Amino acid sequence: MNLLREVVDASVALVKGYGMTLRHVFRPAITENYPDVLPKFEERYRGIHELQRDENGLEKCVACFLCSAACPANAIYIEAAENTEKERFSQAERYAKVYNIDYGRCIFCGFCVEACPTDAITHGHKFEFAIYDTKDLIYTKDMLLVPDSRKEKGRKASDQAA
Amino acid sequence: METMRFNLESGQVESTAGKAETMILSMGPQHPSTHGVLRVVLELDGETVIKASPDIGYLHTGMEKLSETKTYAQVLPITDRTDYLAPMSNNLGYIMAVEKLCGLQNEIPLRAQYVRVIMVELNRIASHLVWLGTHAMDIGAMTVFLYCFREREQILNFFEAACGGRLTTSYFRVGGLPSEIPPDLVPRIQKFIKEFPGRVDEYETLLTKNPIWLRRTQGVGTISAQNAVAIGLSGPSLRATGVDYDIRKKEPYCGYEKFEFRVPTRTEGDVYARYLCRVEELRQSQKIVQQALDGLPGGPIRADCPKYVLPDRNKMKTEMETLIHHYKIITEGIHPPVGEVYHAIEAPKGELGYYLVSDGGPKPLRMHIRGPSFVNLQALATMCEGRLVADVVAVIGSLDIVLGEIDR
Repeated sequence: MNLLREVVDASVALVKGYGMTLRHVFRPAITENYPDVLPKFEERYRGIHELQRDENGLEKCVACFLCSAACPANAIYIEAAENTEKERFSQAERYAKVYNIDYGRCIFCGFCVEACPTDAITHGHKFEFAIYDTKDLIYTKDMLLVPDSRKEKGRKASDQAA
Repeated sequence: METMRFNLESGQVESTAGKAETMILSMGPQHPSTHGVLRVVLELDGETVIKASPDIGYLHTGMEKLSETKTYAQVLPITDRTDYLAPMSNNLGYIMAVEKLCGLQNEIPLRAQYVRVIMVELNRIASHLVWLGTHAMDIGAMTVFLYCFREREQILNFFEAACGGRLTTSYFRVGGLPSEIPPDLVPRIQKFIKEFPGRVDEYETLLTKNPIWLRRTQGVGTISAQNAVAIGLSGPSLRATGVDYDIRKKEPYCGYEKFEFRVPTRTEGDVYARYLCRVEELRQSQKIVQQALDGLPGGPIRADCPKYVLPDRNKMKTEMETLIHHYKIITEGIHPPVGEVYHAIEAPKGELGYYLVSDGGPKPLRMHIRGPSFVNLQALATMCEGRLVADVVAVIGSLDIVLGEIDR
């Protein structure tokens, strides 16, 4: 009798299990087709950094070095320089002449973004930066800085005019 | 005929003349069912395990030493990487230890505490899901793995929405939270939490009464309550032996005393009992998250303590004094008073403790992590001896170890 019960219990459990997997066949698939379809990130996703500009197209970064001080991985290297009347890059006295982020070191913790008092450095949503040479992982300022939207507009207008 | 064998203790090759013939089998470090880079040196008599000694250190990264070179804030990302399946719990354990060191433990706003509980309990669910999926797959049930990772993905998306990181969250800060949670996150978690008990039923349909699962787990890897306490086992592995010990109940932190939940215990102490305990914990964690979401209070998310806590971002941009505090905390770090603290929390795997020594400077003089995986692994020898090789796989799976935390 005991054996019979065991066999019946086992069969019932197995049939229920198979029923469960069978039901899943008819559910919509949740698989993402990366890299054909790029994943959608949440707004706060910590991807490759972006250096922002203010509404006048000037760089927001004032070279205060807080991001590089906050960085646990020492990934940020900055050289500051003074703004002059002729050449003005940022609103304040100083601007970052050199701004490098070494993505071989960066751990994407977001501490630089939290430290930045002018919201100059933010996280973008780009994430694919596999390369063959580690020295190409050092991103310079021109790679990080977002394009000047006003200049872009101007260029588009001139393109259309031409 | 004389044969030779390798003696583990002396490191010498010896003759086995006059001794029973045994074989040394090295399981791992590149074995998929040792969950990382664990090497288990098995002494076998045929298929029976005579002795199982774990050999660790393949993932040693010197995290404890490394944290002596970083400021208190900068240590936080390191804690993500110890038990990488439960980064939120590790963040919380470390941050609460620093808060204790600074004497801030009673200053944390209620809203921050509730969000911490929500995140940590979601993390417990995520960690248990990885355990369940991989454990079942080790034993041969592939389907459960896929279902578990489906739900875990959703939880990781919540983490991403809250803090931007999925696996390395670095979320909590000394004194509270770095930022307010996004407004649409609460309804999203609500929806997930409502569906979740049904999902647990799905896993249970596939496993709990499955005859193959029962044969592979019942009576396997048994440990007595006495032995478990002597070894220092904690978490679900300890509770499966009948010892009702959960830090959330015994020494409540983060306002756990406000939530109603049951600590599941079993008495058998075998692999199946550990399975049942963890599955029930999934359901209990779901209840805690539900209660925390329902009772989520408003108010500030950070303690008002400019000496240790980063000031509010909007104030920092408008008030000179706040900006100076912001600069000072980031450039110099915080300077907790001289002293030492130990703070333990109930991580998904057991008692996770952080021990910090401060010399009054901006960096910890010493940090030590009491990782539950490391201590729980000590039970492996007791559980495996006298069993078959295949049972070692089941036992390692049921212990729920993460090598990042063992080797640190």
